[in-house]
Amino acid sequence: MRIRIERAPAPVWLRPLIPVLAIVFTMLLTSVLVLLVGQNPLAAFYYFLVDPLSSKVSFIEVLVKSTPLLLTGAAVTFAFVGGFWNIGAEGQLLMGATAATAIGMHMHETPALIAIPLMLVGGFVAGMLWALAPALMRVKLHIDEVVTTLLLNAVALLVVSALLNGPWRDPVSQWPQSPEIAASAIFPKLIPRTRLHLGFLIAIGVIIIVWFILSRTAFGLRMRAVGLGPEAARFAGINVDRTLLTAALVSGGIAGLAGVNEVAGIHYHLIDAISGGLGYTGIIVATLGTLNPWGVALAAFFIGLIDTGAQTVSRALGVPSYLGGVIQATLLLATLAFLLLQRYRIRLR
Amino acid sequence: MTTNDKIPAVEMRGITKRFGPVIANHHVNFSLAQGEIHALLGENGAGKTTLMRILYGLYHPDEGEIRVKGNPVTIHSPKDAIQLGIGMVTQHFALAAPLTVAENVILGYTDSFRLDLDSAQDKVREAAQRFGISINPNAFVKDLSVGQRQRVEILKALYRNADVLILDEPTAVLTPQEVEQLFDGLRRMQAQGLSVIFISHKLHEVMSITDRVTVLRQGEVIGTVRTQETTPNELARMMVGRPTFGVSKPASPPQEEVLLRLEKVSANDNQGLPAVKNVTLHVRAGEILGLAGVSGNGQRELAQVLEGVRPSTSGYIIANGHDITNAGPRKIMAAGVGRIPEDRHESVVAEMTVAQNMALEHLDEFVRNGTLDKRRIREHAETLIQAYQIKAQPEDMIRTLSGGNMQKVILARVLERNPAVILVAQPTRGLDVGATEYVRQKLVEQRQRGAAILLISEDLDEILELSDRIAVIYEGEIMGIVPPDVDIEQLGLLMSGVRQDTNTRPQEENA
Repeated sequence: MRIRIERAPAPVWLRPLIPVLAIVFTMLLTSVLVLLVGQNPLAAFYYFLVDPLSSKVSFIEVLVKSTPLLLTGAAVTFAFVGGFWNIGAEGQLLMGATAATAIGMHMHETPALIAIPLMLVGGFVAGMLWALAPALMRVKLHIDEVVTTLLLNAVALLVVSALLNGPWRDPVSQWPQSPEIAASAIFPKLIPRTRLHLGFLIAIGVIIIVWFILSRTAFGLRMRAVGLGPEAARFAGINVDRTLLTAALVSGGIAGLAGVNEVAGIHYHLIDAISGGLGYTGIIVATLGTLNPWGVALAAFFIGLIDTGAQTVSRALGVPSYLGGVIQATLLLATLAFLLLQRYRIRLR
Repeated sequence: MTTNDKIPAVEMRGITKRFGPVIANHHVNFSLAQGEIHALLGENGAGKTTLMRILYGLYHPDEGEIRVKGNPVTIHSPKDAIQLGIGMVTQHFALAAPLTVAENVILGYTDSFRLDLDSAQDKVREAAQRFGISINPNAFVKDLSVGQRQRVEILKALYRNADVLILDEPTAVLTPQEVEQLFDGLRRMQAQGLSVIFISHKLHEVMSITDRVTVLRQGEVIGTVRTQETTPNELARMMVGRPTFGVSKPASPPQEEVLLRLEKVSANDNQGLPAVKNVTLHVRAGEILGLAGVSGNGQRELAQVLEGVRPSTSGYIIANGHDITNAGPRKIMAAGVGRIPEDRHESVVAEMTVAQNMALEHLDEFVRNGTLDKRRIREHAETLIQAYQIKAQPEDMIRTLSGGNMQKVILARVLERNPAVILVAQPTRGLDVGATEYVRQKLVEQRQRGAAILLISEDLDEILELSDRIAVIYEGEIMGIVPPDVDIEQLGLLMSGVRQDTNTRPQEENA
């Protein structure tokens, strides 16, 4: 008997199940780790996945945690669909946060109706600008954007550090954190006495807009064509370079919005740990959501759930909260593996 | 001479190789004498490369036996072949560009765990001198020209003690000067007892370098002749054979109006070398102008210039009254040019649906109130699917379609707009008989409608069946324009770069 691996697309019914299979597979793998710390995996996954949904407070916390992921996930999706492999949502987010802080600090005399839109626009533009150089290098010089966008993440973090240790250092505490933004620049709460803020609605709005552009406009279809078959797109008369540039810049802008969201919705000032990997997690979210905006929304919610659950599980069972990160990483690898596997078929003969 | 010299270096007997229903080699007998340069001559798809890939262990024959120096052998992989002293240099070099020449040569052929680069360099330099290959072992491959890289490949084979060298169309990528250097090198190696198999379809090269020629056509050996005892004409006849004429097109009076006019158009290939040289062609309304030629003589680049995806370096192009010189696809389509390219995957997005691909070229026409009119896109696809008998649903991914149906999608997308000028390259390559007939029929219909059609094809039967006139391209130049009832030997010679001014009677191009 011989085992052969052939290229063959997975049957249609199997495709929506792929992320689900990836999740199940991830659970099986991470169970081993839970067992290693001497706990019952079923109990651990109960606290990870079910317990956060059982109370209103923790459910809202899941939504809060999902909010930036909706944005970074949407940002990465927009770029990936257009064939621009933007690994730089992290840096673009940081730049958006920086711009939001710069604007927000000076809004003490300005009403919220002006301050908030101004910060959103500023954050979007800052993210766009941070994506501009890699996009131009890709289009004009054919330099791989995976490398350039990734490297710029480190640069962005250094820029933030420089600001926080220099001109923006908090004059009162001398901590490396910026002064607080004006009260009028803070996102209003959606539900009083919770952390759920305006950013959540903005994120949902962005998901809807991204969905609309990608699947309801001619531009979206052209972008898809550029992403899936650049040569054929060029042959069909689509301006591939301009499309790539647009995809990259809009993606950077959305990531910038995620930065605004963190400053105006959560922290109210800039710290260098403001992102803590939200941009990278956006890649997981986009991949897990199979680059479909609704899938991205689900994936963002799921990752938000795991993030919240990681706190619960460490409190309840003493399982390190790092396990949440391990699960996310395993999930990404499992999803990628399953997405690859769906193109092949193993045949025994 | 000892008796040993009379044993062939390589002997292949009754080799048959099938790929699915296609028979690539059919009972092929081939014998390579020691110390000779032996050409394998034939058109594209004649089975030359398949035969050599079998010898090099890349394919396994379905039938037949191979003997090396008289011993029956089974060659499972290139590793086996190398051990038997067989080396192969393909058109696509397998070199690591960031490494030096010496490093590339010894790569995968080091004898110990420790890597002594200094002695390796000396050994490589010594080998290069022995075989008369002028190359600097310390040069980085990325800095080398194509010709020099080829020398590295040859050196690589010789360094592995090859005494049989297979060269698969070695001159395809070389400049004329580099070809001369290559031939000088080969003669020197031959003097040292090396046997060479030289795959080619260029007659003058075969005539100048080889001792014997084996001609393949459609997977079968037509014959083996001594180069000194043959003529280019005989080889051309053996290579091309007698074509069978299919159903012919209706006779129609030639129209005067020139709808596609190329004037002294030149273009470069991907390496930046001239691939299309001063091509002047006029295609009239209601006419199919066939462009015949062996693959790799500039057809692809010329087609891409007309498709708007490759810039021309000089000359100009007028289509349907519009100047489309260096215009992009949009402008070319707007001028009324329909484009059916050589590589189907270059014009359709495999991971998108039939309906989306059918709308992609004119997406603006499928937008209502700023959003995509998905219903119109689907209905449009349904109409075309019915009209062109495409076996697919609008929502099917292009990737799932057969080659014939994929080509029909492209055909439908182009022809539904009744283009004044049609550029079509290799329209039936890889298609089955039914789809081939269908596509050819559609092209004839377009001719009857009054379209000017430039048909680029390496399938000579197709050219002869469909064309009203035939232009022959060789190394980027138009060798001549002949009527479709031309003597087949003539055509073969033109395609091989042999111009016979007395007989060619190039037609006047002053429409």
